Amino acid sequence: MSAVDDLYRDYILDHYKRPRNFGELDPHDLDAHDHNPLCGDEMGVHIRVSDERIADLRFHGQGCAISQAAASIASEEYIGMPVREVADLDGEWLIDLLGIPISATRRKCALLNLKVMRGAITGDASWPSGSG
Amino acid sequence: MSASAATSAAPPAPLDIRGDFPVLARRIDGRPLVYLDSAATSQKPESVIAAIDDYYRHHNANIHRGVYTLAQEATEMFEGARARVAAFCGGVADTTIFTRNATEAINLVAYAWGREHIGRGDVVLITQMEHHSNIVPWQMLCQEVGAQLRYLDVGDDGALSLGQLDSELAGGRVKLCAFAHISNVLGTINPVAEMASRVRAAGAVSLVDGSQAVPQLPVDVGVIDADFYAWTGHKALGPTGIGVLHGRRELLERMRPFLGGGDMIRTVDWETSTWNDLPWKFEAGTSMVAEGVGLGAAIDYLAALGMENVRAHERELTRYALVRLGEVGGVRVIGPVGADERGGVISFEVEGIHPHDVADLINRENVCVRAGHHCAMPLMRRLGVPATARASLGPYNDRSDVDALVAALLKARDVFEIG
Repeated sequence: MSAVDDLYRDYILDHYKRPRNFGELDPHDLDAHDHNPLCGDEMGVHIRVSDERIADLRFHGQGCAISQAAASIASEEYIGMPVREVADLDGEWLIDLLGIPISATRRKCALLNLKVMRGAITGDASWPSGSG
Repeated sequence: MSASAATSAAPPAPLDIRGDFPVLARRIDGRPLVYLDSAATSQKPESVIAAIDDYYRHHNANIHRGVYTLAQEATEMFEGARARVAAFCGGVADTTIFTRNATEAINLVAYAWGREHIGRGDVVLITQMEHHSNIVPWQMLCQEVGAQLRYLDVGDDGALSLGQLDSELAGGRVKLCAFAHISNVLGTINPVAEMASRVRAAGAVSLVDGSQAVPQLPVDVGVIDADFYAWTGHKALGPTGIGVLHGRRELLERMRPFLGGGDMIRTVDWETSTWNDLPWKFEAGTSMVAEGVGLGAAIDYLAALGMENVRAHERELTRYALVRLGEVGGVRVIGPVGADERGGVISFEVEGIHPHDVADLINRENVCVRAGHHCAMPLMRRLGVPATARASLGPYNDRSDVDALVAALLKARDVFEIG
């Protein structure tokens, strides 16, 4: 029997255990890889671009339920979006999308995927600076 | 039970000292605190908090040169603490150097001894189970002087191999060998006296990182007989901001200073200076006086408990924890199997739940454990895990803390619908 939890909602656990768009994509047009040194989470993305839109993507790596579910949930939004638009997405977009209360200590987990996406598109791995 | 009452406990009964630690009375959301992160930092007994308060309230002055009463009192309190800290570890005051923490103690050796005696082609030998504080200073030294950094392997049983130590030493290039007394991840208790003896026989210098050991075991630096033994106060019931380096007198006397400034000099001229006696030669600038006084109170408290009793208490609690964790399906404990071979540090994985999620979930029950690489990223790589969860014990823990951990882990498995 499952206990009810604010953070680990059913859909979060579902995306964690059965991540969408997980794996590798070859050939691909864009890629990046990064990690969260505090907790050891790591994540990479392969992106295929067509007509300046994200035609397809796969993410891979390992990490906590929050980082993996965030990547899985966001991946379904990215596909079809203009590449430039993804590069301008901010942390609040992703946290709203997740729909769960993200504490300061879990913020880096939640944003790791967007960090890697932005890095793949812009080549700038510095986002988010500070606490994001 | 007060600390002093525990000294008569023979054979050692479980310690019952939770009431001496004010923070452990705290309740969060109406429920008690279950503190299992003592390997990161220990909680502080009332006597330590009171000693620091008393120092600032009644005795505060800068030490060593003041002639007025207050300055004399402050000096006596600080140097008295040093003498008791030294004796607590089987050392003497003038070879017991106060540093900011264990990291600074290790850096002191790397700079003041290492940069003089380690050169191109030499080897610095450390182990795969070291904390970053006992890796990075040696990496920096080796890169600077062109020496080679080599590692002793951690076996699948969480232990080092003395045979591998011998064969590394037989290569004839090892100038310094640095190793933890107790691993902060695996809990492994290393045979440090034997290792130090073999290192010396090979003509090399040894450094032991005792940060996890001093709070957990009777430590006698005279018996261990390493050239350097470093530890930190805040893991041993003392305040942050103070660490200790015990050094061999002949080496300390010949070493150049680490940091330059006030207090570490005898004379200062326009161009040159001469150095103060040990230990002050290595203590530049105004010392951490209140922290020294607080550390003195901490080791007084531990001495009154009796470190044999602390070890017996934590060994029995570790044994209990290993049994109870074994009852939780999907929990895999990392490190030595038996409580006799390990300190009160238990790293574990829960199948299907990332350590970060484990720590977050059991925090809802106020159970405080650490999740991550525990400042030992090379060891994580050796173990083939990205991170672990780690429960670590202090003398104030008891079976109820372990029971709370187990209950919280079962709930965490429920949330993840495991089992």
